[in-house]
Parts: sequence; C-alpha cells; structure tokens
Amino acid sequence: MALAKRIIPCLDVANGRVVKGVNFVDIRDAGDPVEVAARYNREGADEITFLDITASSDNRETILHVVEDVASQVFIPLTVGGGVRKVEDVRNMLNAGADKVAINTAAVFNPDLVKEASEYFGSQCIVVAIDAKQVSTEGEPLAWNIFTHGGRKDAEIDALEWAKKMEDYGAGELLVTSMDKDGTKTGFNLALTKAISDAVNIPVIASGGVGNLQHLADGVLKGGADAVLAASIFHFAEYTVGEAKQYMADQGIEIRL
Amino acid sequence: MSFIAVIDYGMGNLRSVSQAVQHVSNDDTTIMITADQSVIQEADRIVFPGQGAARDCMRALKKHNLVDVVLDAANTKPFLGICMGMQVLMDHSEENGGVDCLGKYAGNVRYFSKTATPTASNERIKIPQMGWNQIYHKTDHPLWAGIPNNARFYFVHSYYVTPDDDRITTGETEHGLRYTSALAQDNVFAIQAHPEKSADDGLRLLKNFTRWNGSD
Repeated sequence: MALAKRIIPCLDVANGRVVKGVNFVDIRDAGDPVEVAARYNREGADEITFLDITASSDNRETILHVVEDVASQVFIPLTVGGGVRKVEDVRNMLNAGADKVAINTAAVFNPDLVKEASEYFGSQCIVVAIDAKQVSTEGEPLAWNIFTHGGRKDAEIDALEWAKKMEDYGAGELLVTSMDKDGTKTGFNLALTKAISDAVNIPVIASGGVGNLQHLADGVLKGGADAVLAASIFHFAEYTVGEAKQYMADQGIEIRL
Repeated sequence: MSFIAVIDYGMGNLRSVSQAVQHVSNDDTTIMITADQSVIQEADRIVFPGQGAARDCMRALKKHNLVDVVLDAANTKPFLGICMGMQVLMDHSEENGGVDCLGKYAGNVRYFSKTATPTASNERIKIPQMGWNQIYHKTDHPLWAGIPNNARFYFVHSYYVTPDDDRITTGETEHGLRYTSALAQDNVFAIQAHPEKSADDGLRLLKNFTRWNGSD
C-alpha cells in the first residue's frame, strides 16, 4: 500500500478549445475541453493539466470558463497554467474550479508571488513550472539554467538552486520541463529530473520529450519523478492513458488502475 | 426534500465539493454553501471541508463565530469532515508551532516525517503527500458501501491525525507510516482524502453520505 505515481495528460487550450500542435506550428482544433477531459478521466487519468497557450489578457476569461465547465463534470484534480502573473490570477483560477495553479515565468521575475500565493492559498495548490536547459558543455559537470520566453531567454539562474528556493518559498510541487527535450519525443531529460527530485522534498512532475510508454516509465524509474506529464502521445491517440498506466504497472510501478 | 449545508469559513474554494455533492444528489436536494449559523442549524446534513493551515482555519472559524455551531452539528446530525475539516476536529495540531483545535476528539495532528521511507520500497517520501493512495477499511461503515477495500483516493496533505481512541479509526493509509485516513463515530465521518476529487469511488462516498441516517 503506497502512494501511486501519477499520469497527467496535458491539454493545450487556445480560445476555449483544445488544440493539437507540434511546437505551436500547425495548430489544429482537437475538440471541446469538457469532452476531452471526460475521455481522459474515463481512461483513468490521475489529474489533468490545462495550459492556456494564448495567455493574452483578452483570453483570460475564456480559460476560466473552460475550467468551470470541466470542473462541474470531471471529478479529478485540475491544474491550470499559462500567463499567471498576479495573486489575483491565482485566485480567479481557483475560484473557477482549478485545484492547482502553475506559475512559470512570473515566478522568475517575481519569486515573491510564489511566497504570497502559497501563504494565502496553501502550498497544496501552488505548482512552480521550471523550464530548464542544459548550459554545461561536454566534459563539464551537468548544469542547467532556468529559461523563459518559451526557452529562448537564459534567466541565468541555476535550475537546482532555483528548485530549492521555490520549495522554500512554499511551492507544493514542481513541474520540470527540459527545454532541450521538449517536442523531441526522445524521452524525458532523466538526469535533470533526477537531480531536481533528489534536491527537494516536494513532489516533482517530469515533462517534455515523451514519445513512447517506456519514456513514461523511465521518468519514474530512472528520473525519480512522482508524476509524469505528456501531451502529444495522448492527443494523437497513439496510446490511451489506460494503456500507459498498465504499461507502467507491468514494470512494477505503483499505479492507480 | 433534503438540505445539505457546506460550511464556508473562508478556507478554500468550496465549489468543487458542492458540485460533486450536487452531482450525486437527487433533484429534491438543496445544497448551500454557507457561513450562516441559522442555516447550518436548519440543515439536515453538514459537509465540513477546509484547506490551508490549522492556525488560519481555527482563526477563521472563530472570526465567523462558527465554533459552537459546528460542534453542535457534529454532535447531532450526519456530518462529513474533509481534509482540514477532519484535522480541526481533534484537540490539537502541531502545525504553526501548535494550535488548539475544536476538541471533538482526543488526539493530535502530526507532521509526516521527512526521514520516513515507505515499507514497500526504499524511496524517500515526499511532503506534501500529493496523489492517489489506498484506504484500508479498518472497520465497516455505511459510507464505505460499494467502495472496494484499498480503493485509491486523492490526497493532498502534510499532517495526519492520531486519535487517542483507535476505535474511531475506520480507514488507514500508508505514507511512510500507517495513519488514520478516515475516522467515524456515531453521526460523524471524517476523511483526510478529497472525495470530491477522487473520481468514481469518491463520488460513491459522497452519494452514500447523502443517504446516510447518521448511525453506524
């Protein structure tokens, strides 16, 4: 009897619809968020993450409605991220029915937002999203920095130091995305995931790079992740969430089946 | 006609709880999110949720003048405590350097040990416990009806209750140690997990609560 490792399908939402896109190019409509969320729920998803990829202020209301609609019909935890800049944004998302809010770039520019939000709403609902990219060259010890602006800008902050700082500031969980691996379908950055998971005491979600079911299992077995997040392998119906869970359970991973 | 009050003392978003209860209720059930004493007194059943820190929860209960009315409800009608709504039923919590709670049950609320390891593996446990864990039915209870023993529920917490009288423990879970994840006595049932976020088994528990007459 033990806590299960989680599988979290991630839905990219733009203008109130789920979209499928590869590197945000060739974005196609993939349906109604409630229907997609309900399907993932039926397949056994442990949690669902929405990423608001429009994230412009005009569209803030839209993502809130999506969360409201899904939360009224799907009774598993929902995380929402994308464009969270102020405590007010966190409050609005929680009030709409999100259980957790992921803070990304805003945490880099204003770390106190994490402190403020976790003190006010509780650590359990504050996820800090960490986008990291390798900065060490061959022969050097591995090192990663935090990057912002979709991986284009080096914030010149060491990823491990940042992870520990965010834990101190009250983050309840870390969503760790390797910008080197994201979109490659070659698997998680296991060294990065493991390094961060070992450095902190809070749960770590591995993200970025999943191309097959072994990658998900490796995230837990080799990366030490508490949860694994994937988008495209589920969006494009290459695998169902149920198949992924069975595959991981067959490898001896504690899973909710 | 049935009337369920979800007690709102400003600690957390109560929408998911009330939506989930609504989802499993008959059309003639009214669900009200309320901090009004007279509404709570009139209700047939009480859902007592809560999240955040123990000190803030106790402060908020006092500020809203709800301590007596909550205790009165917990003594008289079907009462469901969820998460922090379970913890504050105890005497005392270790959180925030020590906080006196409602004292409905003798016992303490303790922090998970960072050095503990699950018996099943060599991994370090993470705090908060966040995710789906199993609940072992230590005793039978009408609220477990139709829910398999050791079914998984969604948990998010860093503290756990340790009732002095282990006869009130009805569910147990393991996270570094085996602890009381559900307790029940007379008209009270309290659970550390979030049934409103625990998919079908969680909804089943809520449905059982809406039909429970308050005796075991």
